[in-house]
Amino acid sequence: MSEVKSYLVGVFDDDDVLLGAIKTLREKGAKILEAFTPFPVHGIDPALGIKRSRLPQAAFIFGATGTTCALTLQIATLGFDWPMNIGGKPNLAFPAFIPVSFELTVLFAALGMVGTFLLASGLGPGSQKTVFDPRSSDDKFILVFDLDKNSQFTTEQLTQMIKESGASEVNIKDIVEKH
Amino acid sequence: MNVTSSVREPLINGGKTWADITNDICRQVEGKPSKSWIIAFTISFLLLGVGVFCVMYTWIVGIGVWGLNKTVGWAWDITNFVWWVGIGHAGTLISAILLLFRQKWRTSINRAAEAMTIFAVLCAASFILLHMGRPWLGHWALPLGNTYGSLWVNFYSPLVWDVFAISTYLTVSVVFWYIGLIPDLATIRDRATNKVSRLIYGIMAFGWNGAAKDWSRFEAVSLVLAGLSTPLVLSVHTIVSFDFATSVVPGWHTTIFPPYFVAGAIFSGFAMVLTLMLITRKVFKLEDYITLAHVESMNKVITLTGSIVGVAYITEFFIAWYSGVEYEGYAFINRATGPYWWSYWAMMTCNVVSPQLFWFRSVRRSILATFILSIIVNIGMWFERFVIIVTSLHRDYVPSSWAYFSPTWFDIGDYANSFGLFFTLFLLFSKFLPVINMAEVKAILKSAGDTQTGQGKGQSTVSSDKSVSSH
Repeated sequence: MSEVKSYLVGVFDDDDVLLGAIKTLREKGAKILEAFTPFPVHGIDPALGIKRSRLPQAAFIFGATGTTCALTLQIATLGFDWPMNIGGKPNLAFPAFIPVSFELTVLFAALGMVGTFLLASGLGPGSQKTVFDPRSSDDKFILVFDLDKNSQFTTEQLTQMIKESGASEVNIKDIVEKH
Repeated sequence: MNVTSSVREPLINGGKTWADITNDICRQVEGKPSKSWIIAFTISFLLLGVGVFCVMYTWIVGIGVWGLNKTVGWAWDITNFVWWVGIGHAGTLISAILLLFRQKWRTSINRAAEAMTIFAVLCAASFILLHMGRPWLGHWALPLGNTYGSLWVNFYSPLVWDVFAISTYLTVSVVFWYIGLIPDLATIRDRATNKVSRLIYGIMAFGWNGAAKDWSRFEAVSLVLAGLSTPLVLSVHTIVSFDFATSVVPGWHTTIFPPYFVAGAIFSGFAMVLTLMLITRKVFKLEDYITLAHVESMNKVITLTGSIVGVAYITEFFIAWYSGVEYEGYAFINRATGPYWWSYWAMMTCNVVSPQLFWFRSVRRSILATFILSIIVNIGMWFERFVIIVTSLHRDYVPSSWAYFSPTWFDIGDYANSFGLFFTLFLLFSKFLPVINMAEVKAILKSAGDTQTGQGKGQSTVSSDKSVSSH
């Protein structure tokens, strides 16, 4: 079953204007669904109330997993499964395990973090996230408002508010959503 | 919000707006390939064809087709491997270390430099496979238990460390590069006018729509990947140098190898970035994005790393004498005055003397001089690896086994193969993907663009922006 949902799309020409608009609109009580920008705009996260990403913590856990795997592999194979006598040196020569442990730490952390990022953001080959205005990957900054969640305003009121905050145009966009 | 520095030159010229950046960078992706691109691609592809023949012949017949002998068992194969890996290092340095240092000039060159890294590491990996002699047994270097018993790879061997280092480096570089490409691929998808490119770039863009939340995660990922890549890139050439330094061959058994190899890698990598970017900016008319300020910054890095390399050469020589080890001393005297004296002096001239010309500002900012010197530096760095590998091996402890290595046509053909592969891949990249990171360049436009017109002006009103985009 699919239904058509209406969104109000405010188009801005400048990132500084956008930041100011986010602030004034939120103060007036409008709920912003999401902002879309052609490049990362600094200061947009606190303005929109986006919490700091916890991906670095995830990367640490993946990295620690990598270290553990690497050390387990090396100690198990060379220390116990197939000890080699090389010039009478000890079987568990730890310093020689550092390079491989380091490399696998980096590999696990990088792949794990990127995988988590793609999953969390719903990105991947074949994924099609809604593009409210294709110019948002060129030179326009977009603020999207869910009309259902801003029911305290009429559409005209909200349009007027967005225009006053500095938007160069405000459009209504209907998106067919599948359930 | 615009701050123009009176000291720093702008990094983007021509009074660009954000839309101009999109148009300028997407132009070569969307248009038909230019004549010069077709000619260059044909030459590279033919070279690759000749190279593939030589490589197949080497695989089938064995590495006896090279000029190796009983004394010199490593020559051009490992020289080329170390040379290509070293070249790759500049891309990671630009994208990771300069990101951590917040160097804005990195944004115009990081995309192409990272692509260069990936292609250079692929070329390097091809020599690793080739020098095994039986490449179809390459998986023996991986820690896979075999069917004859619990025989594992030897984790005490630097060659096994190398397998892990190079494969991790390649994987992480590809991931880092691709994550950075996603927003730009979305730009191309959103602009695409025909269905096929819309579909292909759409799949490649992973559904990116530039949501603020995604950008927040994207930046966290970029920063952590940069933080991971920085020690990674240093570790890779350190481990490559361990291939030599952990042996007891005079001339190889040297404790300064890791920093010396890393500096040399950055030195040759920046030279290769310059060689490629000077051509790319000319052919694709990107002079406004890769400016003389960029060229000068890279030349400064070359001067610094070239001088580190020079100091390392002299230190090696001093320590060979100071250690009092007769064989070590001989190895170095033999390098400079023995049968391979010409390669030693080629290395010294190209790597130590020539980059010192960059102390002159006029040389640093001259495109022609930079282009010539960038090629000379890479010739010198190839000779450095040749000197280290071949001159240390060819006269070992027993004079009766002294020998001389001369390359055969297959040494040359296999080397040519890597050039064919490298340039074919780079040309495909430069045609089908954006060579400059549009999102990052847009992000620095306000602070680092020249401010004649356009969005460089910052708090521009809606009406003035309209007039700019219509001109």
